[in-house]
Amino acid sequence: MTVVVWICGILVLAGGLMAIVRAEIGPSILDRSVALDILVTTLVAGVALYAAIERRSDVVPVLVALSVVGFVGSVAVARFVSSEPPGEGRVLTRWEAALAKAIARAQEWASEDLDDLDTDHQDTDRQGTNHRGTNHQDTNHQEKTS
Amino acid sequence: MSAAWWTSFADAAAAVCLLGGSFLAFAAGVGVLRFPDLLARMHAVTKPQTLGLVLVLVGLALRLRTGATVWALLLVVVFAMLTAPVAAHLVGRAAHRTGRMSPERLLVDELTRDAHTDDD
Repeated sequence: MTVVVWICGILVLAGGLMAIVRAEIGPSILDRSVALDILVTTLVAGVALYAAIERRSDVVPVLVALSVVGFVGSVAVARFVSSEPPGEGRVLTRWEAALAKAIARAQEWASEDLDDLDTDHQDTDRQGTNHRGTNHQDTNHQEKTS
Repeated sequence: MSAAWWTSFADAAAAVCLLGGSFLAFAAGVGVLRFPDLLARMHAVTKPQTLGLVLVLVGLALRLRTGATVWALLLVVVFAMLTAPVAAHLVGRAAHRTGRMSPERLLVDELTRDAHTDDD
């Protein structure tokens, strides 16, 4: 029985480790949810193996609680998942985070320069219209006087 | 004589059930790691999740052999059989609606067909 439980433990542990790897590299949150479902199942199997080798019947409520919690977590994630572009839910590495911050700063500087250009254009436009308006009034005045 | 035969037989059957369930858990891990698509991974996950759990818990019940624990393990099995289709359905529907699956891997796509007939 001990040999059997050791073999079973190695199999369950390998399954759980592969589920953890998939939860780490899973491209979307649903892949991670499915992988964590497998992790809960392997956890139930591990607790059941422990209860089998030790003949302990007091850990059976743990199995009930684990199965309930696994179901609720999976359903909640699936219910409130939203559509996001691929690669959005991934945690950035340190280098990628620094790159994204640098790009955001460069865009901020570029938009400040554009704002300066826009205000220059608006100033010249306003002066131009003022100038034209005064010209118009001047011509009217000249026509009235003549 | 008869009681000793029964206990040794129950232990052997429990060992076989535990081995089968653990192998299914291992197969679920391989499938969730190696399969290319979310729906394929769900296929790899949900079936060992039910049958593997049933085998492991039957093995545990054959090993413990007391009434209250057998009923509690039966409760776990019934709950797993009730909830696994619900969770799989919700995850698959969310994947279909948010576009997290590759349609060229599907042979039959009835949900897209129904959605188009609803539009018409």
